[in-house]
Amino acid sequence: MEQNFVYDLIGENLIGYVIVAAMPLMFVLVYALVAILGELKISAWIQERLGPMRTGWKGVLQPIAEVVKLLQKEDITPANVNKPLFNVAPFIMFTGAYAAYAVIPFSSVFVPSGINIGLFYVFAVSAFAIIGIVMGGWASNNKYSLLGAMRAAAQMISYEIPIAIAILAVATLAGSLDMQEIIKQQAGGIWNWFLFGGTGSIAKVWVIPFTFALFLIYFIGSLAETNRVPFDIPEGESEIVAGYHTEYSGMKFAMFFFAEYSNMFVVSAIITILFLGGWQSPFGDFMNGPVWQSIWFISKAMFFVFVQIWLRWTLPRLRVDQLMYVTWKVMLPVAFVAFFAVAFWAMIK
Amino acid sequence: MLESIPLEYYLGLSAIIFAIGAVGVMTRKNAIIIFMSIELMLNAVNLTFISISSFFGNTGGPIFVLFVMAVAAAEAAVGLAIVLALFRLKKTVYVDEVNTLKW
Amino acid sequence: MALYDVIFYLFATIVLVSAGGVVFSRKMMYSAFSLLFTFFGVSGLYVLLSADFIAVTQIMVYVGGILVLIIFGVMLTTKITGVDIKSGTLGAFQMGIAGLASLAIAVFMIIMSMNTQWMQKDPLAETSTTVEAIGGLLFTEYLLAFGVAAILLLVAFIGAALIARRK
Repeated sequence: MEQNFVYDLIGENLIGYVIVAAMPLMFVLVYALVAILGELKISAWIQERLGPMRTGWKGVLQPIAEVVKLLQKEDITPANVNKPLFNVAPFIMFTGAYAAYAVIPFSSVFVPSGINIGLFYVFAVSAFAIIGIVMGGWASNNKYSLLGAMRAAAQMISYEIPIAIAILAVATLAGSLDMQEIIKQQAGGIWNWFLFGGTGSIAKVWVIPFTFALFLIYFIGSLAETNRVPFDIPEGESEIVAGYHTEYSGMKFAMFFFAEYSNMFVVSAIITILFLGGWQSPFGDFMNGPVWQSIWFISKAMFFVFVQIWLRWTLPRLRVDQLMYVTWKVMLPVAFVAFFAVAFWAMIK
Repeated sequence: MLESIPLEYYLGLSAIIFAIGAVGVMTRKNAIIIFMSIELMLNAVNLTFISISSFFGNTGGPIFVLFVMAVAAAEAAVGLAIVLALFRLKKTVYVDEVNTLKW
Repeated sequence: MALYDVIFYLFATIVLVSAGGVVFSRKMMYSAFSLLFTFFGVSGLYVLLSADFIAVTQIMVYVGGILVLIIFGVMLTTKITGVDIKSGTLGAFQMGIAGLASLAIAVFMIIMSMNTQWMQKDPLAETSTTVEAIGGLLFTEYLLAFGVAAILLLVAFIGAALIARRK
């Protein structure tokens, strides 16, 4: 726990725990507003529109208006749904999304819980999202919801495998599952990031294509994991209305939405940690203080959130069979080869 | 972290979970519920392993639990495949209606 | 450590209530989702026992794997094909016998654990359940078992796919 400035300030007691647990939530709330605005504005720019312009300066207050609108809406529970499960599902989904923040290091002096198996933990809690989606889809008592939930579960389970191999490769390279440790090993500028093979002599150039491949595999897999385009088959409007959240409205829909956005940040943060040096400054020790670190970390992660939004408005949706083809016949073999190459490098290094 | 909960509490808790699972296995007719009850019993056993090994600082317990989990995963895959095949064949998942081998 | 006690009782309650839900609820889907809370609660107890690797593995294997399989099994065998979602139990007499037998098991085990002279070792002293220790043991002392488990999983995987596929 020495990695946490909050405990230094107020001591390791119940109040400290609550503050530490709530800090990522504050961040997620602010981040979600930014991401919603980003989604609106980026989609507008890509489609050569202006986007929302009326609320505030150039429409910057639009996300607040959207949130207020969602909260004010009547919380409809359709008559034929299974009420307990229908009500619990959004919360399970959000629990899974938020639980991952427990181990994400925002800076060298702030990580909510510095457990030594952080990477494995993040990977495991993503299972809650699957259960939440299936629960919501089943309880909605609607064939589109059920289809969406089944598709989501199949997709998320399939894509977990290449993602797991990518994570495993980086863990092999770093020799640790502790996120802080993984980040510390990427100190010393861009060239030492795991995207470029980590630290080592110039002989590491041969491994760079493989780490790049793993990076791409993780990124593609994480798109599928968060149900973003081009893998938004579980919520494809043109086929199954809105998938598993068809029947949800108001506050509960907002929970699903919120979970999706915080998941987007989680996967972006993991990519940043695994391949782009986490909170390390790209210039070595220059601008590498604790506050700078969190700025670097958040801006790197936000870049990937931006890429996800960008892809959403650029790419078409895959078909289910194409989705399965991509994961089992393309990503999995490539991931295996890259994993063995990286493991070999880690061994001879 | 020194603890104030004695080992017996953990063992008692896992005994109760085991008993609840046993009730499920003995009384329910649906094969999938029986299956879930077996998972409960396995969890109870795992909890016993972990609590004893954690109290006595022994690493054998976690290793055994890992193998139990591996076997449970294999069991889940095969068991549910059998239930599905059964359902396709006889349109039932109730174990008392599957009595072809009974005489 | 009062906080430790509170957390223990919290997780114990979650586990017991949801285990009861698994076994006694009328609807299969409720059983399946109760199982989620049981797995979660047991995982929390593992954390209390400072077996964090096992706790995360528990979430990963049971929630991410087995529970999803079970939910798929429930959905494939009930609602879609129109078979009733209720699941049967035995009559009251058999229920009573089963309940008594299980109660006897529980009481017996609790009495046994209370009466055992456990070794007097410092609680949680140098508990080496870290990932390194487990990994080291898996690849040295338990290497054969590890290999057998891998083969078992492969065989089960192939077998399950073979049994469950449509002719």
